[in-house]
Amino acid sequence: MSNPITDEKKTSEETYAYTPGLKVKRSTKVRKLRRLPILGDVRVKVGDNVDYDTCAAITKISGDPHIVKVALLLGVDVEDLTRYMKKKEGDIIMKGESLASYSAFFGLIKKRVDSPINGILESVSNLTGQIIIRGDPIPVEVDCYISGKVVEVVPKEGAIIETNAAFIQGIFGVGGETQGTIRLAVKTSDEELTADMIMPEDKGKILIGGSSVTLDALRKGVKIGVSCIVSGGIRHDILKNFIGREIGVAITGQEEIGITLIITEGFGKMRISQRTFLLFRDFEGYEASANGATQIRAGVLRPEIIIPNKETLAPSLETELASGITPGTPVRIISQPYFGAIAQVVGLPIELQKMQTESFVRVMDVKLENDSVVTVPRANVEIIEE
Amino acid sequence: MLHLKKPIDEMRFILATDVGSTTTKARLFHKKNGEWRFLVAGESPTTVEEPYEDVTLGVINAVREVEELTNHNMLSQDGTGIVIPYDGTKGVDLYCTTSSAGGGLQMMVAGLMKSMTAESANRAALGAGAIVMDIISRDDGRQNFQKIRRIRSLRPDMILLAGGTDGGASSGVMELAELIKAAEPKPRLGVSYKLPIVYAGNVDLRNHIGKLMGEDFALELVDNIRATLDIENTEPARRAVHELFMEHVMSHAPGYNKLMNWTEVDIMPTPAGEGIAMQLIAETFNENVLGVGLGGATTNVYSIVNGRFVRSVSANLGMSYSITNVLKEAGIDNIMRWLPFKLNVEEVSSRLMNKMIRPTIIPQILEDLIVEHSVAREALRLGLQHHRTIATRLKGVHVTRTISEMFDQALEETYVKMMVIDIIAGTGGLLSHAPRRIQGMLILTDAWQPEGFTRIFQDSVFMMPHLGVLSTVFRDAAWNIFDKDCLVRIGTVIAPSGTGKVGESVMNIELEMPDGEKIKEELKFGEIKRIELAEGNEAKAIVNPARHFDMGEGEGKRVEKIISGGVNGILIDARGRPIYIPEDENSRREMMKKWYITLNMYPMDEMEELI
Repeated sequence: MSNPITDEKKTSEETYAYTPGLKVKRSTKVRKLRRLPILGDVRVKVGDNVDYDTCAAITKISGDPHIVKVALLLGVDVEDLTRYMKKKEGDIIMKGESLASYSAFFGLIKKRVDSPINGILESVSNLTGQIIIRGDPIPVEVDCYISGKVVEVVPKEGAIIETNAAFIQGIFGVGGETQGTIRLAVKTSDEELTADMIMPEDKGKILIGGSSVTLDALRKGVKIGVSCIVSGGIRHDILKNFIGREIGVAITGQEEIGITLIITEGFGKMRISQRTFLLFRDFEGYEASANGATQIRAGVLRPEIIIPNKETLAPSLETELASGITPGTPVRIISQPYFGAIAQVVGLPIELQKMQTESFVRVMDVKLENDSVVTVPRANVEIIEE
Repeated sequence: MLHLKKPIDEMRFILATDVGSTTTKARLFHKKNGEWRFLVAGESPTTVEEPYEDVTLGVINAVREVEELTNHNMLSQDGTGIVIPYDGTKGVDLYCTTSSAGGGLQMMVAGLMKSMTAESANRAALGAGAIVMDIISRDDGRQNFQKIRRIRSLRPDMILLAGGTDGGASSGVMELAELIKAAEPKPRLGVSYKLPIVYAGNVDLRNHIGKLMGEDFALELVDNIRATLDIENTEPARRAVHELFMEHVMSHAPGYNKLMNWTEVDIMPTPAGEGIAMQLIAETFNENVLGVGLGGATTNVYSIVNGRFVRSVSANLGMSYSITNVLKEAGIDNIMRWLPFKLNVEEVSSRLMNKMIRPTIIPQILEDLIVEHSVAREALRLGLQHHRTIATRLKGVHVTRTISEMFDQALEETYVKMMVIDIIAGTGGLLSHAPRRIQGMLILTDAWQPEGFTRIFQDSVFMMPHLGVLSTVFRDAAWNIFDKDCLVRIGTVIAPSGTGKVGESVMNIELEMPDGEKIKEELKFGEIKRIELAEGNEAKAIVNPARHFDMGEGEGKRVEKIISGGVNGILIDARGRPIYIPEDENSRREMMKKWYITLNMYPMDEMEELI
């Protein structure tokens, strides 16, 4: 497509139209905000050295409300309800305690309503004839999730924990936060993780696989008590069988499946990236925190493995954000026919180019590891963040 | 009050963006020789993913593409936004935007009765561009504790509460209000945010509702949605939802505060912009329209039938983020039935999962494109199915039935029947970016199965939402661009309803072409055919359907109609309604191949290789 105003042709010096890459960092500063869902008490202070299981903050969320249709049960008019109530708003009530009673015909007709739960009488309505009893508050505790230092306290809400760590983002996961020692369960990054590679002593560990993981391996992992399994790829049908349902929308992390599973590359048989694999190898035996929670839409959340260590820090995040894709930028291709290939950008032509589909799209020329140069849509690469 | 930086008459450049769930699309419009036209498009992934968690970054990237393609600078050097107005060398005179990023507007609605006020509240919320997370009513079959648990687990941006006619039911409505209050719903966007509630129920309860909810919620009282049972008045509720959306929701989303300062026009939810555009089509042609915005995360269906506008949003049917939900809802077999080649079930499923986890990728190879087109048919089919549950007659109104209707058993719920639809209009990335226009036409035809005579329109490069929001401040410019550059007249589908056996005659058709030539065709069951009739031209069609087929006048009855052409001309469809697809796998693939080859759907050599 030529320029509609000047008809001039040129090449982009830089493009910003790209998919952010997943982070695989040997050493970075990881900060985690540990926040209560509602206001409460923070239990740590700035400068504290904390473990992943240290309580960061605690609160109580209001208990479940129970609605009791007292007027209906007594058989009285709703506007007369308060006359028959034995308790008033704010009273503490025990299960079985009488809430209201009605008697007529010199006591021949007697009706009473007892509380179904322990709680506090929150409201009595003369409009609806119903009362609301608030159940006992439910305690909520937030732990520190990673071992590190408290660098900031958000009053009444939580704290920010910081640590120097290796940081690996996955592309998709299931299961929530967990911790364990890293162990490579496969010898090479293209090997499949099978049940026989999981040992009884793997209980509580984070196992690193290769290109895929079998259903038996996942089930054995759960049986033994493995904390987390990391794999490059997984077959769609294995995941579906393992969690017992089809993943419709990628909002995960709440599954109660007894293990956390993190996929680093994608679906199908996909070799875990060599860089990621080598990083795990270097940190074998280290304690790490992992979370499978994934939310791809609306406030994107990717699964992660955080391995706290004392290596020298990498450049700050702000510096990296300033740059887009330029010739020389390392990228990974994320669609067919070059899915998973690592390449280097060699050109950013501005003109839209025709694909095999006949679509005209913005493209980039990239050099693959075998030195051949191919053209791919700009949308189909992600930056490798080193 | 809108304050434009330049009078409308003096404007020369207008920039509009849509911050979609997957892609941010910038469109530049230009006034040349006294006429407003579309100039160029730029697109970039929407930046909601960390560390680029600021939608304005995606807007800048998309606008920068437009700058590169035109050499016309619009972004301020210091990164503070768009230069407004155009100063003779740079900038634009107006900037407006729609948005559905970050999950759009997520609402919960509540009404007294499921099929009456709750249904009306649902329609009002959908009409305002919301995704409805749940509908609570007294008779929804759930116990109070279940409703409370559900409300506590939802994190809506807003609640719409309706119930009771004016002066009518009151205790039931108050029970519902008490239940909502007791559940203490928490907003999605943080603890500091007071959850907005729009009350559109019985006016006599306003004081009580105010006392009960005024302190804990941002309460807005509006006219009753069903002041009387026979009238549904969704407009005041819809307006209140829109205002609260701007005031409370948008201002809390990442980067939106900045974006709100860049534009003089209120940011509009994408579906609201699309809805305006669909209504423009119906008003202009004065016909019944069924439209769709097939997006990455949602499928929005719009119907304007006999002047009644209804919008539905299927929150989890889409072509990127929600693509695996289409797989889940439709089933893999329904997706694969449209493929003309063999492909392993696991291979297709894994590809769809990979698209879901990396939603911004686009198909580079033909195989991927055909798989996506198959998913699109199913998303559209399910989207219409959902729409029909919302586009229903008004319940609670006494209906007099004729004897024949009584014999037809129950009164049909929906009035969206394909035989009454005159125009089908499609927008959204997949349809607008389909490399051949015939692809969009067949996808819509396969999915919605139009009957009788139906014109097919398509958004050229996806700009209906942009033009929808632009039309709120500058209707003339919006319509001119809409008519000349946006609305592609794809053609007319001629399709009798009914079914038969392969090889049986379905219809004889005679076309009197603009040059006087007469074309006669007989189509057998299972066949489809395309005849050229250029955009702007008309032809007279005389259709004689066979005994069990109907073109709208009754089975076997002849019909005559002047039909319009389009870039694909006329599509004569004798595949039956519902479309006949052989059960035998080989026959099915043969049938698909035959249809695609007949219509020249895909590049032939590449498709042959796949087959």
